Amino acid sequence: MSKKTLVEATINGETVEFLCEPRQSLLETLRDVLELTGSKEGCLTGDCGACTVLVDGRPVCSCLMLGVEAQGKNIVTVEGLAINGVLHVLQNKFLEHAALQCGICTPGFLISAKSLLDRNPKPTEHEVRYALAGNLCRCTGYDKIVKAVLDAAADIRSQGEGKAAAR
Amino acid sequence: MAESTTTRDFKVIGTRPIRPDGVDKVTGRAKFGADYAFPGMLHGKVLRSPHAHAIIKSIKIDKALKLPGVKAIVTSKDLPAAENKLEQSGEMTVNPMHLSMNILAHDKVLYDGHAIAAVAATSPHIAEEALRLIEVEYEVLPPVMTVDAATKPGAPILLKDLRNNEEGDKPTNVAQHYQFKRGDIAAGFKAADYVIEREFNTAMVHQGYIEPHNAVGIYNSDGQATIYCSTQGAFDVRSLSAQVLGMPVGKIKVVPAEIGGGFGGKTTIYLEPLSVLLSKKTGAPVKLVMSRSEVLRASGPTPGSKIKVKMGATKDGKLVAAEIWMAYQAGAFPGSPVAAGALCIIAPYTIENFLIDAYDVVVNRPKTAAYRAPGTTQAAFASETVIDELAEKCGIDPIDFRIKNGVKEGAPQVLGPPFKRIGFIQTCEAIKNSEHYKSKLTGKFRGRGVASGFWFNAGMQSSATVNIHTDGTASVVTGSPDIGGSRASMAMITAEVLGLPVTDVRPITADTDSIGHTDVTAGSRVTFATGMAVYEAAKDAERQLIERAAKVWEKKPDEVEFRGGMLHAKGNGVPPMSIKQLAPRFARTGGPITGRASVNARGVGPGFATTVVDVEVDPDTGKVQLLRCTVAQDAGKAIHPSYVEGQMQGGTAQGIGWALNEEYFYDDNGTLRNSGFLDYRIPTCLDLPMIETIIVEEANPGHPLGVRGVGEVSIVPPVAAVANAIYRAVGVRMTQTPMSPPKLLKAILKHRGATQHSAAAD
Repeated sequence: MSKKTLVEATINGETVEFLCEPRQSLLETLRDVLELTGSKEGCLTGDCGACTVLVDGRPVCSCLMLGVEAQGKNIVTVEGLAINGVLHVLQNKFLEHAALQCGICTPGFLISAKSLLDRNPKPTEHEVRYALAGNLCRCTGYDKIVKAVLDAAADIRSQGEGKAAAR
Repeated sequence: MAESTTTRDFKVIGTRPIRPDGVDKVTGRAKFGADYAFPGMLHGKVLRSPHAHAIIKSIKIDKALKLPGVKAIVTSKDLPAAENKLEQSGEMTVNPMHLSMNILAHDKVLYDGHAIAAVAATSPHIAEEALRLIEVEYEVLPPVMTVDAATKPGAPILLKDLRNNEEGDKPTNVAQHYQFKRGDIAAGFKAADYVIEREFNTAMVHQGYIEPHNAVGIYNSDGQATIYCSTQGAFDVRSLSAQVLGMPVGKIKVVPAEIGGGFGGKTTIYLEPLSVLLSKKTGAPVKLVMSRSEVLRASGPTPGSKIKVKMGATKDGKLVAAEIWMAYQAGAFPGSPVAAGALCIIAPYTIENFLIDAYDVVVNRPKTAAYRAPGTTQAAFASETVIDELAEKCGIDPIDFRIKNGVKEGAPQVLGPPFKRIGFIQTCEAIKNSEHYKSKLTGKFRGRGVASGFWFNAGMQSSATVNIHTDGTASVVTGSPDIGGSRASMAMITAEVLGLPVTDVRPITADTDSIGHTDVTAGSRVTFATGMAVYEAAKDAERQLIERAAKVWEKKPDEVEFRGGMLHAKGNGVPPMSIKQLAPRFARTGGPITGRASVNARGVGPGFATTVVDVEVDPDTGKVQLLRCTVAQDAGKAIHPSYVEGQMQGGTAQGIGWALNEEYFYDDNGTLRNSGFLDYRIPTCLDLPMIETIIVEEANPGHPLGVRGVGEVSIVPPVAAVANAIYRAVGVRMTQTPMSPPKLLKAILKHRGATQHSAAAD
């Protein structure tokens, strides 16, 4: 067992320093070292997407990245989606559309969906399905998740138009 | 939505409020089993067999124990002897000795992944290193992987003590033979104009919950143990763990964590007793979490099956006879749901003559667990495909054929007693009248298929308390782990009875010490049975509210009425009083108000579903694309329609995965070769279309709100519906699952060869 390494990263907007073993995945580091248990372990092989986080804006399976690789990176987890207690529009739409049943896959879906909407605010149904195909859900059949994401996109667009009109 | 037979005017029931546990689940705050951590906690890992069938000659743990950080190792020697007997546990029967042998292999390993030893160490990585230092000497035996291999003369015997009800003292792999019959099948087939006989084989599949099994065990020096885990049944974890550990039930407390899917697979125990044993040895809390590979190798799955169906119909489309032989792979220990499959396989139809033989067979695969309508999807694949073929022979639309033969109120069930009010025909008519079924499907290699399904649903025991708080709001406490939104339903039922806004009711799932016994979340029973307990508990609270208001008004209780959330004094002009107004007076009128109820729910309302799918087949690769899918299901009464739809959509998606992709793939040595989500491929959102839902509400007369329970039956029709759609698309009748590209392509090429051959012969 090799010694622990000091890592500095920005996590959910805060600069944090933490110690982790070289063999610890970013997921394990988030959950067991930083107590951010919102990111979930479903497979540890990058197949289920329950551990998805944003690393410098890109969705990454945190089980496939080492904790030490977080050095200098900007990481957003599900705990960082709501700002000052105000839910992100995706979080609200997931609740309104009943887009979760057990909820274990929800953090990963929210992060993947945020990543999609950040890149493409006007996705088609197919584009939503394509962007979320790396996230497995066994409860919902995906129907309500896809609808929630499409509705969130529409909401974000109309807010954007509202802002534009106000200007 | 089809016509509702529940004509009562509800204020909360039938609406779609935000689920009460929702915010925690979208913010990452919800605590699932693996999220628990305690000071000084150790981490456990399980050593698993690389062999499918072997005698354990020795286990040496010395080297592993010497690894720095390793605190304890347990093997089956640490387990007390358990009795070889059958007991009912929730939906399944349990043999404590077999359960113990599954937790840690005794003298033999019976499948790839069978647990042999468990290690507790200061980190999961050290525990894993320690596993590699445990030396196990095996005498490898030939694996028995299929029903045919297990039943052929001279087959290796898995369990030396296993005997069945027919072969006397002969060692066997056939654990049980069930037979159900009615009428005279010879006469039935004689009356038939068309007879279809087919053999079907389905692959073993897994429930596929995204959250792996987990447990944290804390054993205290006073002999009290606490287990935190994700389970469908905290009380079952308690009683089963007590049996395996030889502890009194009352010494174990089980705290159910949020559960990340179960579908039947989390109704038994795997890691829970190990966490307690390791905690007892080390004095520290011990957490164990399975890897995905362990989940697939050693938990769940549902049986692969071999089913022969022979059915006959008259020219005008009346089913007259059915002869069925079915055998299920129980896994390493007896207890497949083959009897349930046998009772469901023709349950949607009135057939006067039938003979069903069903066999539970042990094989060197993981012990099967319940999976959503256990045993019935395999069965319906066989029967609903043959029925489709008979409808075609008779020249009758497949939905009309089902309506013609479908069971209605008063029709005898397979076991004899008549159905009470049911909604099977209504599900068929809902599909027949749907925009989907009426639409024209055009294009090459496209086809539309329908199928139906039946599931009993379950009643069993539930407890509930409703507490009225000092501000007039309420909490409702049950013992049912919430697997798909049931807390929303419990809050809604409470709110409906008490006339409160649903946001004024907080629903809680309690641990085993904080609520009366409640059976497992399974059998689609929570909204039905726990819902019944909640309804009664809320009514109990209502009765007490009336008594208190009567005291305040100095009247008799029968002079007070509770309606619309308000207490009214009969007769004179006393202004009505709300619960909020009465609540501050609880102390002076007799103390806090807690409504209580416990039920052993009778009046179960069976569930039916009918599904239509459109597919497109790529004839060059055998790949099937779902184009459209609609499911109609009888909910009795939908308490929260969004979560009813969610159950229908989720079950349908699982059925589609079962139909097209999913299978356990074992090599010749009995090693599972696809123990990960990359190769055990469940549907992604790119594989599926929207899943349209039609909720039929044919009120269950056995429930105060008409509820049936909706969790399971939607998984039953899709496999057959997909097979029937593939037939219409490319002309081949698939008789095995999964209908994956290589298997379907082979069938297409064979069919093409046959038709070209016959064309050449013409």
